[in-house]
Amino acid sequence: MKFFRALKALLDSQYALMLEYRVEIALWAVSGLLPLIMLGIWVEVDSSNFVELSNEQITRYFLSAFVVRQFTAVWVMVSFEEDTLEGRIAPFLLQPIIPFWRYFTSHVAEQITRIPIVLLMLIVFFIFLPDTFWIPSLLHILLSLLSIILAFWVRFLIHWCFSMLCFWNERASSIERLLLIPYIFLSGLVAPLNVFPNSVKSIAMFTPYPYLLAFPAQLLSGEKVNIINGFAMLIIWGIIFLCISLFAWNKGLKHYSAMGA
Amino acid sequence: MKDKIITTLKILFSFWKTSIAIDMEYRLNFFVEIVSVIGNLSGSIFVLSLLFGPNTTLGGWSWNDSLIILGLYTILDGFTTSILQPNLSRIVRHVQNGTLDFVLLKPFKSQLWLSLRVISPWGIPAVISGFILIAYSLAVNSRMIQSEMILLGSLMLLSSLIILYSLWFLLSTLSIWFVKVWNTTEVLRSTLVAGRYPVSAYPNFLRIIFTFVLPIAFLTTVPAEAILGGVSNVYFIGSLVFSIFLFTSSILFWRFALRYYTSASS
Repeated sequence: MKFFRALKALLDSQYALMLEYRVEIALWAVSGLLPLIMLGIWVEVDSSNFVELSNEQITRYFLSAFVVRQFTAVWVMVSFEEDTLEGRIAPFLLQPIIPFWRYFTSHVAEQITRIPIVLLMLIVFFIFLPDTFWIPSLLHILLSLLSIILAFWVRFLIHWCFSMLCFWNERASSIERLLLIPYIFLSGLVAPLNVFPNSVKSIAMFTPYPYLLAFPAQLLSGEKVNIINGFAMLIIWGIIFLCISLFAWNKGLKHYSAMGA
Repeated sequence: MKDKIITTLKILFSFWKTSIAIDMEYRLNFFVEIVSVIGNLSGSIFVLSLLFGPNTTLGGWSWNDSLIILGLYTILDGFTTSILQPNLSRIVRHVQNGTLDFVLLKPFKSQLWLSLRVISPWGIPAVISGFILIAYSLAVNSRMIQSEMILLGSLMLLSSLIILYSLWFLLSTLSIWFVKVWNTTEVLRSTLVAGRYPVSAYPNFLRIIFTFVLPIAFLTTVPAEAILGGVSNVYFIGSLVFSIFLFTSSILFWRFALRYYTSASS
């Protein structure tokens, strides 16, 4: 019970903090425009002879991908590196709740602040292109919401695991650049998974990436997708990275000696 | 005048020596950077192949020709990693901590200091692989390489480097008013990704934006056309005018912004 009270207090304070930075968050939201740029190019490409998706489906897919990407943004490596380097992590460790929840709530708070900004961007998009407007069914919205939450959880855990490297190396956050590469190319951010050659697609499906973006986006856009498989993979990857992160946290903490020690 | 230039160059050279020495402490980054360049390039080529599908052209560009655009994009990316990112992302910090005062007090042009104070070697892999990709594409095409094309191409590349620099500097200057604009350059970086593909592959609406608002066309497509010897006069002159205009604006805007700089805590 105490834990949930602490969690709520953290979330409240982080939300208040994030509200201070509304303009910044709006800019971050704009920097997630990549799916919409790719939407432009995919719609323009004469793809009728090799893509089974109609232009309408492509539009819906990339718009959904845009939304999913907005609410699964993770930057924990950068803040964690800064905090370990500047020694701020030491007082956090003294608190009766592990720092994991501090970063987690700060991400959740940021995403809550993002909701109106993303809505506004979608409204602008639909004003310019009213033909593309559609409302997903309630079932799809709920399933997609659930998958977005799970996808965020898995992606956060992946980045958290690698953040633990900060206990050993001063510039561990450069690893983030590497983590981003498979995410950009395998998650369905720049091309729908359906157009991948079968060999690449089957390899991609073994990695967590398609489930972090393409799967929730396909649910939201109303495409046919294997729902059970998608959720199962998200849960399996979630458990795997949870175990790794618990192990890495314990190891890292033993290795960590505060700055200057 | 000549003495002044030589002194400036000497100062810059010693700046770069120290900054490279600092970076050498983190040699692991070199490995990270090489893996990241290889990953990004193969990913981009993969996506390009998906966009082509069985078609032979993308927005009027053949496969080999669009590789030149990708190569130019990679070169610009390396330039960003080596010079723009390490220098211009610091302006925000200078304003936040008030250390911009020290920069302004030095008997050295502040814009030059802020833009070229450090140089990071980690962009080199990207620049080299960009050139390799362009050379490969030209070789496969077995195009006759004429000195005129190389000249025009390098001129257009130079012009695109200036445009890119000016855009970054203009946005970073905003930090004088809004302390946290680190994000604006992030917005720029993520939109420039559009430059991986020929501008003609985008719908009309985006094409206009990418030519006149965010000059992505001049960053990669126009230099690629110049290398291939097919750049029209309008775009050639447009690129030069754009780069001169943006560069001058960056200087004037910086001077204008400094008038509003009140240092930290005042």
